[in-house]
Amino acid sequence: MKTKKLKVKSKTENLSLIRDFVSTAAINAGIQPDVVENIILAVDEACTNIIKHAYESFPDGELIIKTKSTLSRFIVSITDYGKSFEPKMIPEPDLQKYYRQKRVGGLGMYLMKTLMDDVKYVSVPGKYNEVLLSKNIKMAQTNAR
Amino acid sequence: MAEFNTSIKEQGAVSIINLKGYLDAHTAPILENNFVDLIDKNRFNIVVDFKELAYISSAGLGVFMAYIEKIRESSGDIKLSGMNEKVFNIFDLLGFPLLYEIFKSETEAVQKFTEK
Repeated sequence: MKTKKLKVKSKTENLSLIRDFVSTAAINAGIQPDVVENIILAVDEACTNIIKHAYESFPDGELIIKTKSTLSRFIVSITDYGKSFEPKMIPEPDLQKYYRQKRVGGLGMYLMKTLMDDVKYVSVPGKYNEVLLSKNIKMAQTNAR
Repeated sequence: MAEFNTSIKEQGAVSIINLKGYLDAHTAPILENNFVDLIDKNRFNIVVDFKELAYISSAGLGVFMAYIEKIRESSGDIKLSGMNEKVFNIFDLLGFPLLYEIFKSETEAVQKFTEK
């Protein structure tokens, strides 16, 4: 099992660094390019939510991004020490409603759930929050005969 | 750091915003400012061309939602063009094609305004 770790401050300018880090780890794990793109977007959405909501855009919080790859799964865990979060409180997005209310919210979470095979939240209030994003790795078809 | 920039050109009554690079929570305010400037100048016929956009996250998508109603109330519209497949798929996942007209090319999008 291969693991990699990146620690950054809770600033949106670090999103590109986070995307590059996850991209390299996923490519090294042998994941197909179109799937890598989906993983990158899901991680971006998770980190954006943490920066905006858990840290309320306070730039000195910490985000720890870890990638883990096994033969069958690629897992990204993101830990923060900001406000805890109840994922059940976030409704499914309704674009028609957003149109009327001129606001968007929940799109990121919806994308994460759609693009990944599993999304889990662990929250220990006052201590830490962790989001776990997993993608099943499809075995490349072998041409061996 | 993610590179993102926009350029705006005028073609008659239509303003075209060309997007380039990575549109995420960090760079979305650049596009927001473009919309604010155009609305200030009463330029409500807007085409946003994605030809050179490599990446978009929901923070970028949110910008389109934030200004569309104001623009349509002023008899204008935001029309989108030139998306690569990856970017289109994200728009599609979130149901945006129901709310926005999406064209293959910038020219087609501009034409749609002039023929109305």
